[in-house]
Amino acid sequence: MQGGGDGVFRMIRYSDFNYSYGAVCALRSLNLEIGKNELFTVMGPTGSGKTTMLRCLNRLNDVVPSGRHSGSLYLDGVDVYDPRVDVTVLRRRVGMVFALPAVLPTSIFENVAYGPRRAGERSKAALSETVERSLTAAALWEEVKDRLGERAETLSGGQQQRLALARVLALGPDVILLDEPTSGLDPISTLRIEDLLRELSRQYTIVLATHNPQQAARVGSRVGFLMLGELVEVAEAGDMFTRPRDPRTEAFVSGRLG
Amino acid sequence: MSYRKEGSPFWRTTVSSGRVRSQGRTANERVVERVLFCCALTAVSALALITAFIFAEGMPELGRTGPARFVFGTTWSPSRGMFGVLPMIAGSVAVTLAALLMGVPVAVACAVFLAEMAPPRAGVLLKALVELLSAVPSVVYGFVGLTTLVPLIREWTGAPGFSVLAASVVLAIMVMPTITSVSYESLKAVPGSYRDGVAALGGTRWQAIRMVVLPAARSGIVAGIILGIGRCLGETMAVLMVAGNAPVIPTSLLSPVRTLTSGIALEMGYASGRHREALFGTAVVLFAMIAALNLLTRYVASKGAVFGGRRRPRDGSAGA
Repeated sequence: MQGGGDGVFRMIRYSDFNYSYGAVCALRSLNLEIGKNELFTVMGPTGSGKTTMLRCLNRLNDVVPSGRHSGSLYLDGVDVYDPRVDVTVLRRRVGMVFALPAVLPTSIFENVAYGPRRAGERSKAALSETVERSLTAAALWEEVKDRLGERAETLSGGQQQRLALARVLALGPDVILLDEPTSGLDPISTLRIEDLLRELSRQYTIVLATHNPQQAARVGSRVGFLMLGELVEVAEAGDMFTRPRDPRTEAFVSGRLG
Repeated sequence: MSYRKEGSPFWRTTVSSGRVRSQGRTANERVVERVLFCCALTAVSALALITAFIFAEGMPELGRTGPARFVFGTTWSPSRGMFGVLPMIAGSVAVTLAALLMGVPVAVACAVFLAEMAPPRAGVLLKALVELLSAVPSVVYGFVGLTTLVPLIREWTGAPGFSVLAASVVLAIMVMPTITSVSYESLKAVPGSYRDGVAALGGTRWQAIRMVVLPAARSGIVAGIILGIGRCLGETMAVLMVAGNAPVIPTSLLSPVRTLTSGIALEMGYASGRHREALFGTAVVLFAMIAALNLLTRYVASKGAVFGGRRRPRDGSAGA
């Protein structure tokens, strides 16, 4: 799972990709390749462009009127900004988990079943099976199997975040994006999510954005350091934290920056 | 530059009987506190005085006729000494219901469009225009209704035109800005992450609105509708000008109708003795209806945003 340029199948490729909000440049000439079933961590201070980088991949940024992009961004060999791309289908293939677990105001079951239903699944049995499989994969099944009909808001923060993950998994995505998924969670819930991500990266391509260098180190995958829209350095976590090449990376990981 | 006065601590409070009480109050602060207290008292005592006055003037007649016969009596004939306000209650309720049936869907749809769909700048501009509607004096609405709506109804139906229909159309337009702007604010208060959440699952904007945004804003929208009901029940002048004002229970949309408020306004000028007391009795009935509505509003508001207020009830360790 070394991903990147060494012959492994590439899932995501940013090629000279730029993104700006009006006059503010959020990403500048980003070049990055992420392999299939790789767990990639984007690390950087607040405002460095991590969220933009993620939100371009599923075109969630389309709703921002001032947003402009140039260059190309390939997912599985297809330019996601190709006019022929169906955004709805794209978003089913690229799931996203947010900093705030935005649970839908309905039952736990319906939260997970929502995506498949939208995609046209009508069979009750198939939905139940998908819900169970997704909740199990998100390590939530044991905790909620007896209360699937309860409202999702009654879950704890950590459980809600795993529910959000289950909801994404239910769509059978290729890629899962996580934007600061643990920023609102306590350390124990955070560790659970991180373990889960390592587990899930066997089957899915995962891009995790975090402002926390410790998290990047714990997750221990390939890490990209993003600052002011520029991808400063990409390295294995071990190298990044012990032998950073760029002085800015060194400053960030040692806590002198950001 | 220090924020601390020499010799005096910057922050000195003691906790007594569960409340944090500031000890370091200056004389100045105490004066301000008293003045504000008096202002608050003025508002409250105005309410108390009005209530006391209405009840003092109205209760004797309510007692004489008997509360049940007063509220449920169907004949309002001051010259014969018969005071039953049911026609007016029915009139107020009929006009209000019809106005809501027409006004609420339009107002809520308008709020959804302005808050969720219109380009941001257009949304702000249009909302300002909608709010301007509420700045138009009610007599103007009544006048426009009288000169255009009533003749129009007369032409279409052959009825006199002064009717439940005319009054409720005028009211529907009048309550729209209230309902729209309250709904708009509560829609805007729904966090953007909820919309993103649905979009990220492959949902469309409309699905996000229906599935997440509207349910989340529900209590605010309901509060707006209740405010609108209050406006309908309370509106006097515009209704009086187009409703026909016959004190009979309306049987159709085209029946002339008298509401509680316009009933009082029509007769207060010349009423005396029992008649005058009966009008105050009418005010007591109106007061009770509005008070009940206010309690309902508080109840709805206290339930808070449907799921905004209690996102993490079980999570003791995070946040807080």
